Amino acid sequence: MDSKATHNTSPQICIGMENVTIEYNGSPAVRNIYCDIPSEKVTALIGPSGCGKSTVLRSFNRMNDLIEGCTLKGKVLFEGKDIYAKNVDPVEVRRRIGMVFQQPNPFPKSIYENIAFGARINGYTGDMDNLVEQSLKQAAVWEECKDKLNESGYSLSGGQQQRLCIARTIATQPEVILMDEPCSALDPISTLKIEETIHELKSRFTIVIVTHNMQQALRVSDMTAFYNAEETIGMSGKVGYLVEFSETQKIFNSPKEKATQDYIQGKFG
Amino acid sequence: MSIYGEFLVLPKTTDLYLLRSRPPSEKLIDLTFRNVVISMAAMVAVVLFGILVLVFTGSVESMGRYGLRFLFTSDWNPVNNDYGAFAAIYGTIVTSTFSLLIAVPLGVGAAIFITENIIPTRIREAIGIMVELLAAIPSVVLGLWAIYVMEPFLRPLLSGLHEYLGWIPFFSTKPIGPGTLPAILILVIMILPIITSISRDSLNQVPKKLREASYGIGATRWTTIFKVIVPAAVSGIAGGVLLALGRAMGETMAVTMIIGNSNAFNWSILSPGYTIASMLANQFGEADGAQVSSLMYAAFVLMVLTLAVNVVAQWLVKRLSLKY
Ligand SMILES: Nc1ncnc2c1ncn2[C@@H]1O[C@H](COP(=O)(O)OP(=O)(O)OP(=O)(O)O)[C@@H](O)[C@H]1O
Ligand SMILES: [Mg+2]
Repeated sequence: MDSKATHNTSPQICIGMENVTIEYNGSPAVRNIYCDIPSEKVTALIGPSGCGKSTVLRSFNRMNDLIEGCTLKGKVLFEGKDIYAKNVDPVEVRRRIGMVFQQPNPFPKSIYENIAFGARINGYTGDMDNLVEQSLKQAAVWEECKDKLNESGYSLSGGQQQRLCIARTIATQPEVILMDEPCSALDPISTLKIEETIHELKSRFTIVIVTHNMQQALRVSDMTAFYNAEETIGMSGKVGYLVEFSETQKIFNSPKEKATQDYIQGKFG
Repeated sequence: MSIYGEFLVLPKTTDLYLLRSRPPSEKLIDLTFRNVVISMAAMVAVVLFGILVLVFTGSVESMGRYGLRFLFTSDWNPVNNDYGAFAAIYGTIVTSTFSLLIAVPLGVGAAIFITENIIPTRIREAIGIMVELLAAIPSVVLGLWAIYVMEPFLRPLLSGLHEYLGWIPFFSTKPIGPGTLPAILILVIMILPIITSISRDSLNQVPKKLREASYGIGATRWTTIFKVIVPAAVSGIAGGVLLALGRAMGETMAVTMIIGNSNAFNWSILSPGYTIASMLANQFGEADGAQVSSLMYAAFVLMVLTLAVNVVAQWLVKRLSLKY
């Protein structure tokens, strides 16, 4: 607790965004974002659908590179280094910054292999059986999986698949875990389990989580960034931007912006 | 205060939906369609079975006379009524195996190249169209091209093969023009577009989210392609390879034009050879009596071979493929 308190006064920056604008085929989806995400904390990204939360999240580990026509202006710094610099290998970035996607996407392999595959890619040399068990336990899906480790990942329900994907990411032990609405397909019980997991993980990992669930943001996050989208003169369609970024308690109790307050109270979104 | 209030204005108008209960006519259409589809599917089975029976009855006489000896001798002497199809069977197996060995890596590689974003989309599309155009060339044109362009062009190379690798049985004769190896190469050209386009389609069908999952845990492009994407598409790719194999085993015109049509058995693929299909094409015209029956026997062997390969391959695919 003590070391945490000192961290609180001057939090170390894990991911920094400097004037980031992300465009799809030349039209911006989010614009001019400045935001410093602290280390070993949970940061929640909230905002109405389509405001660019996933887009921003994916820019943190260069997943947007896979989308043709997606370009990024500005700088994304990870531990002070620009991850979009020429000499940076995106594969290495993704090994250090892992991701759980909005849709569950297990590999069409066995449950065991789903987890072992990622660990092996990252050069894991320890006891694989143990890693598989620990990861599945941390992702709150061990009970459902322990008797069918050799069955396909697709033999699980949607929610179980999502937890398998979380386990897979945990097993690769990245420094940062990005989660894009990890609980949107889960029932309240497993959602709570995942939130517990997040609590546990944050002593070792930095976590950035996108969520539509205000209560969840309030429960799990230390920091909250509220994004909104609005029509901008001279541009087609809505463009997302960062409205407010602060401690979660402040965002929920005394937001500076009217839009934040309206969104949190469910007036739009 | 209800935030839903303003949306609850849709009046109840159930009587505007006239088809809540299905009229007999609609059910009849469904039933008719079902039966038409069933009979069409049955037709396929009937045709296949009919051909099999016909070829079998045609070859019974020859089967009785030569038995399994037919498969292991290569005399073809209508005067003495001595028939054996070993050279043709060997030729069929060798040409199709070798052409697949060359065409599968090429075709699957091309398909990966077309579907992955290694190069700009425009170029990928151009290559895709060219592959399809390759499939549109009639086999007789390919055969002519093989005789007048490809084979003379390759002859020095094939001579070199014989000179340096002549100790291998496959290259133990001097190339003299038409032969098994040129036939293999022309088959490669013919089956390449099949393998490429079917592999491309099945690679394209691998869900995007699998690719994301793989890159998302830090996999390289190489790992993503060969450990995730290709395994997920393997059943489709294998389907394409099987089609190609069927084509390679049964291809007649181009092969007949370039293979040399010699029933004298020789291990070497540089010497003239035969395939079952080219033998049938060459001899059916003037065959009668025992020769017809022997050709039928050979045709039956070809069908059984194809069938066996298909069954084995289907089984393999089932074991290999990843389900998603
Ligand atoms: N692959 C893409 N190609 C083109 N435009 C895209 C693509 N992905 C997202 N966009 C656009 O970018 C904007 C932001 O999308 P994004 O998926 O980041 O929203 P989001 O905040 O995650 O929404 P949700 O809460 O519904 O997941 C949207 O207007 C969308 O149309
Ligand atoms: Mg999203």
